[in-house]
Amino acid sequence: MEKESYTISVYTENNIGLLNRISAIFLKRHINLDSMTASVSEIKDVFRFTIVVKITEEQVKKLVGQIEKQIEVIRAFYHTDDETIYQETALFKVNSKLLFEERQIQNVIKESNANIVTVTPEFFVLEKTGRRNEVEALYDALEPFGLMQFVRSGRIAVTKDKMHISKILETFKEEII
Amino acid sequence: METQTQTKKDKIKVSKRIMTGAEAVIHCLLAEEVDLIYGYPGGAIMPVYDELYKFKDQLHHVLTRHEQGATHAAQGYARTSGKVGVAIATSGPGATNFVTGIADAQIDSTPMVCITGQVGSHLLGTDAFQETDIIGISTPITKWNCQVTKAEDIPSVLAKAFYIARSGRPGPVLIDITKDAQFGEFDFDYKKCKGVRSYQPTPDTDPQSLNEAAALINEAKKPMIVFGQGVILGQAEDELKSFIEKSGIPSAWTILGLSALPTSHPLNVGMVGMHGNYGPNKLTNECDVLIAIGMRFDDRVTGNLATYAKQAKVIHFEIDPAEINKNVKADVAVMGSVKKTLPGILPLIQANSHESWLQEFKNFDTIEYDKVIKEELYPSKEGLSMGEVIRRINEETKGDAVIVSDVGQHQMIACRYAEFTKTKSNVTSGGLGTMGFALPAAIGAKMGAPEREVVAIIGDGGYQMTIQELGTIFQTKVPVKIVVLNNDFLGMVRQWQQLFFDKRYASTEMVNPDFVTIAKGYHIDAKRVTKREDLQGAIKEMIASEEPYFLEVCVEKENNVFPMIPTGASVSDIRLS
Repeated sequence: MEKESYTISVYTENNIGLLNRISAIFLKRHINLDSMTASVSEIKDVFRFTIVVKITEEQVKKLVGQIEKQIEVIRAFYHTDDETIYQETALFKVNSKLLFEERQIQNVIKESNANIVTVTPEFFVLEKTGRRNEVEALYDALEPFGLMQFVRSGRIAVTKDKMHISKILETFKEEII
Repeated sequence: METQTQTKKDKIKVSKRIMTGAEAVIHCLLAEEVDLIYGYPGGAIMPVYDELYKFKDQLHHVLTRHEQGATHAAQGYARTSGKVGVAIATSGPGATNFVTGIADAQIDSTPMVCITGQVGSHLLGTDAFQETDIIGISTPITKWNCQVTKAEDIPSVLAKAFYIARSGRPGPVLIDITKDAQFGEFDFDYKKCKGVRSYQPTPDTDPQSLNEAAALINEAKKPMIVFGQGVILGQAEDELKSFIEKSGIPSAWTILGLSALPTSHPLNVGMVGMHGNYGPNKLTNECDVLIAIGMRFDDRVTGNLATYAKQAKVIHFEIDPAEINKNVKADVAVMGSVKKTLPGILPLIQANSHESWLQEFKNFDTIEYDKVIKEELYPSKEGLSMGEVIRRINEETKGDAVIVSDVGQHQMIACRYAEFTKTKSNVTSGGLGTMGFALPAAIGAKMGAPEREVVAIIGDGGYQMTIQELGTIFQTKVPVKIVVLNNDFLGMVRQWQQLFFDKRYASTEMVNPDFVTIAKGYHIDAKRVTKREDLQGAIKEMIASEEPYFLEVCVEKENNVFPMIPTGASVSDIRLS
């Protein structure tokens, strides 16, 4: 089976040790994460981990099984890139004097659809949100001028299909804690 | 029925009142009907021990000689009683000494609640004295774990701990309680946990899966059952027997499934796996339908997966969804507890017998008996064999004893040859293969089933890993019978060195102490047997004793365990020599 990029979405209780518990499942199998993002979800008090891995479908199925087995994981799903809408965000910190000394950089910024977040006499910060290749294209364009700092977030993704998680949560009985 | 009983038990004896977290721990344990715990005191757990002192009439504490011993004793207790085992220790080294027992309980699905003390919450993360991140350490080896930093959280967390440990596929839970949470006062109220919204202990059974499984079983010409510990954990021994007897299907067991079906049952065809029986291993690759019941296709069971039962349709009865298709692809997965799914499928299957197919197992049995078993049980050589010791124990206990084994050659011999009439009788470390398990586990096993004879079979290597628990036996007077099969070698490793490493016996020869003197130092009756003519008498004396008893049997030094499936080989390539 061929390796493919999968987005694993994990809905969980808000628990202090859960990040460790989930990452241990990958560690045990010697699987490297491309990225992992934790945030709140559309449901009150329910957290959502978005994990990207490049593995086979058989592997991702087993991983999702092991993740769902954890007590405080409500549900976990996996999706291919085609089944999701996904984005990453990157911040580029650039020396302000380049704006005046290197005319070309202004064109790069215009063409990239990046936003200028802040400008100071010393530096300015660009924010670029998009697919990995778009962020990388901007990186490649700016890198020759010199970057003071660069950082990129993990992937966040929503699925094209409905997530049945709300329905699952509704079926939980009220007396259950 | 079940809910009614539960509601009654929910009413606890303590009326609401202000108490410390430490006292609350005791009341929580009592509310969960715990009357016995194993542990070792230390700084960060002293408030709880102080309460144990006050409650010693209601809650008996067994002081082991090492925290690892406490976990194995709790495991042994859980395995013979069917209840949750409880172990307690202090922070730091107390907690880290729990790790092996917790990992063992996790891989063998043993219900256990471990309680550890922790430094005060204001000291967390300061590298305080005896501070260790036991939550971080135990995360991959627990079913659930939780740190409590406030006294008022103790009742709900412990209620959840017991619920999680015993429900669904059981497992170990660790609760780490900071010292300030033990000292803190609050208004105590205990409610038993009835469920956790993100956790479904037992998955729903799809009725269609029962129909599909029944259709495969009804059409099968050469079906074979392999059952595991799921049957014992689900208390489904009778249901298994009804299923086997109606379907007439030859049934083999994994090491942890042992004793769920009596040894003498006509459809019991023996053990599968690396040192299992010849017939069930060979015929795994000839059966047309393989019915796995409460087992997880461990690599020691399957050998090389690429050549494992490829010709067969596989039906997997299983409670844990993550086990389905993990190692072996299931054609039909029957989810749920076997306590319900086996009776569910019973009316759907036709009464049948598979005489000629069963005869194939018997034919292999004859070969195995002639080439392996006969010499092991009735050796023609002068040196004592491990197998004849087990045979003599069978004769004296009539198969009614609980056999606790350690890890290695003696374990394989004990599991192959010990005879069982009752369930929950085989206590051994299966998945983790923990040397040192048996001596402390035997203590717990006897306390979990006080009316039963408990015989620990241990090698000279594993015995010395937890030998200090003789002190626990001496102090508690728990009448366990300890048999050390001494070959002055780490026998199983030596066997592999002989077969696969050209007899380079790297660090496997043991220069052993005088075990009888050591036992006598703990005031335990002890005897050493070196000759065949003394064996039967010594075992008779041991079984007749109403006190703890230690028997060392000096066995042949370089015997090997056969049959054997070499690592990476197919089950059908099982070797007889």
